[in-house]
Amino acid sequence: MAAVQGRGREALAALPAPSRRQEAWRFTDLALLVGLDPKSSAALSRGDATDAPAPQGPSPSGPGTLRLKLDGSSDPLAGVVLPAGVSPLSESELGLALGHTLAATGCEQHWPVELNHACASQVLALRIASRSQMSLELVSDAAAGLRPLRVLLILEEKAQLQLCQRLTASGAGLTSLVIEAHLGRGARLEHGLVALGQPDAALLAHLALEQEPESDVSLVAVSAGWGVSRLEPRIVQVDGSATTTLRGLQVVAGDQIADTHSHMAFGGPEGQLDQLHKAVADGRGRSVFNGAVRVPRAAQRTNAAQLSRSLLLSDRARIDTKPELEIVADDVRCAHGATVSCLQQDELFYLQSRGIAADQASALLKRAFCEEVLRELPAAARQWCPFERLLAADGSEAGRADGFGLGLEGLEGEGG
Amino acid sequence: MIRPDADVLLEISGLHARVEDKAILKGVNLTLRSGEIHAVMGRNGSGKSTLSKVLAGHPAYTVTAGTVSYRGQNLLELSPEERARVGVFLGFQYPVEIPGVSNLEFLRVATNARRVQLGQEELDTFAFEDLVRERLKVVQMDPAFLDRSVNEGFSGGEKKRNEILQMALLEPLVAILDETDSGLDIDALRIVAAGVSQLATADTATLLITHYQRLLEAITPDFVHVMAAGRILRTGGRELALELEERGYDWVDQELAALELG
Repeated sequence: MAAVQGRGREALAALPAPSRRQEAWRFTDLALLVGLDPKSSAALSRGDATDAPAPQGPSPSGPGTLRLKLDGSSDPLAGVVLPAGVSPLSESELGLALGHTLAATGCEQHWPVELNHACASQVLALRIASRSQMSLELVSDAAAGLRPLRVLLILEEKAQLQLCQRLTASGAGLTSLVIEAHLGRGARLEHGLVALGQPDAALLAHLALEQEPESDVSLVAVSAGWGVSRLEPRIVQVDGSATTTLRGLQVVAGDQIADTHSHMAFGGPEGQLDQLHKAVADGRGRSVFNGAVRVPRAAQRTNAAQLSRSLLLSDRARIDTKPELEIVADDVRCAHGATVSCLQQDELFYLQSRGIAADQASALLKRAFCEEVLRELPAAARQWCPFERLLAADGSEAGRADGFGLGLEGLEGEGG
Repeated sequence: MIRPDADVLLEISGLHARVEDKAILKGVNLTLRSGEIHAVMGRNGSGKSTLSKVLAGHPAYTVTAGTVSYRGQNLLELSPEERARVGVFLGFQYPVEIPGVSNLEFLRVATNARRVQLGQEELDTFAFEDLVRERLKVVQMDPAFLDRSVNEGFSGGEKKRNEILQMALLEPLVAILDETDSGLDIDALRIVAAGVSQLATADTATLLITHYQRLLEAITPDFVHVMAAGRILRTGGRELALELEERGYDWVDQELAALELG
């Protein structure tokens, strides 16, 4: 890790921080990070990599599930007995694999990635053996300062991993997350990411996934409450013929900014993508979605669908949504669509005409809007993300969410 | 069932209403007593549906004059949800689809809102399931529709059955059914009509809004009102519906023209 850190620090020194003059950051103001000088934060003493694991006791984990706590500074595997089929990467393997998927998905030189590399002293690097199955929970809570989280996962042929990840913030600070996962042929990754922040906390996350043929990725990312959050899921189907399902939900209120820049590339034929991104914007919040899909000539018979649906709850909130399809192959199906709407008056009136109070009716409709994504989270991650918490992230919605006292708790997972 | 001494449930006097800048209701007078079934007929654009929406409190319509009294209370002062809770029900011509909201939970929350108003205990999930299964029989509805989102992907007939199921659960005193017969085939019409007839008791009043006489073959109205240009032009018994069926609406136009000239 020390070598990576050294390179990251050099790169960061040469690379200016993103500004709104750059197209990819046009809507996302990183002013919140001003107090945090990335160049000096790279020298945070606790962040210095030593390549020596820090002692730490094992974290509690449920039956059949490995639960690890990531704090960015201590070795998450210290004292942990890994289940059969899971092993840590050796130093030499790490040297070969670390950064491979970032390069394959074209983001190894992105500023948030370099920032992470400059500061991260620990990497959680695991190999899931061929044909084995496991369930992994990663939790981290960021206090003040910068918390760099770095994860590398190698799923061998036909390995299956359910990864439930929870990011929270309990103080003003920046969570920097970089995950790389390489899926061998026929492997399956089910990743549920629940990121619940607070208005003075920021999140920068790169999720880079590399898929061999016949592999299957399902990524469900839910974020709410961060002052600034930027999620970049970047997926490449190396030779096509793989399946990718992306679900995203971001909620902003107050002065929050949530930005998802997704990037999907097909490197061969017969790849599949099913993407739904949803956003709820209230207050003066701002939601950004940019969904890039690259279908080069080699990716014939690709079947991709991308849909962005946004709910605008305030006349001072703002939504920017943009599909970005680059299709060179001629025999493909690439559907895309984007809608931005308010709560539907006819739906509200219908509920009210049955005796349901206006505030309760609007909470019910907001919940229904979010539920389409929330219900796709793996069960463990779903528990971390109660609907009330999601819309209460800014505090302004708390009263309205409380309107569910009439017993709507049973709605999860129903309908549809 | 006409009883002159029956309680007046709903009294509409000189009701004027507009949507945006367009005046639609221009002086509607109508009295519904308990036990009565009324039918309001008229051409498209005569104001029938507007009347139903104004009574239910739709925000797009503004009442500009007149009064509506529900059991002595000013109905127009109440929010749409309060109207529903006190016992006024609107069966929608086009029931709204609400993806993501479970039909069963929707029905339960609505039923409990009405029960609280009536001073009854709220029903938990299990007690409500028992009730809803019993009420499903009124409209011969498949229980599978309870597990779906509200009206989502329902056929026209299923949506209307779902409306009558809501009526069966909410037990309103005044039910206004806006073109409940539209979009129904003969069998579905028979089932829906039988449900409505079963729910119309000596204590309730029903206002059927319809284009066609065929609904009135299944549900016999005590009064038939012909609406044109935002008011009730003529009131009669069942024979008026038959006359409309036979002669069409042209004579209504003539009568209206004569009235306006006069």
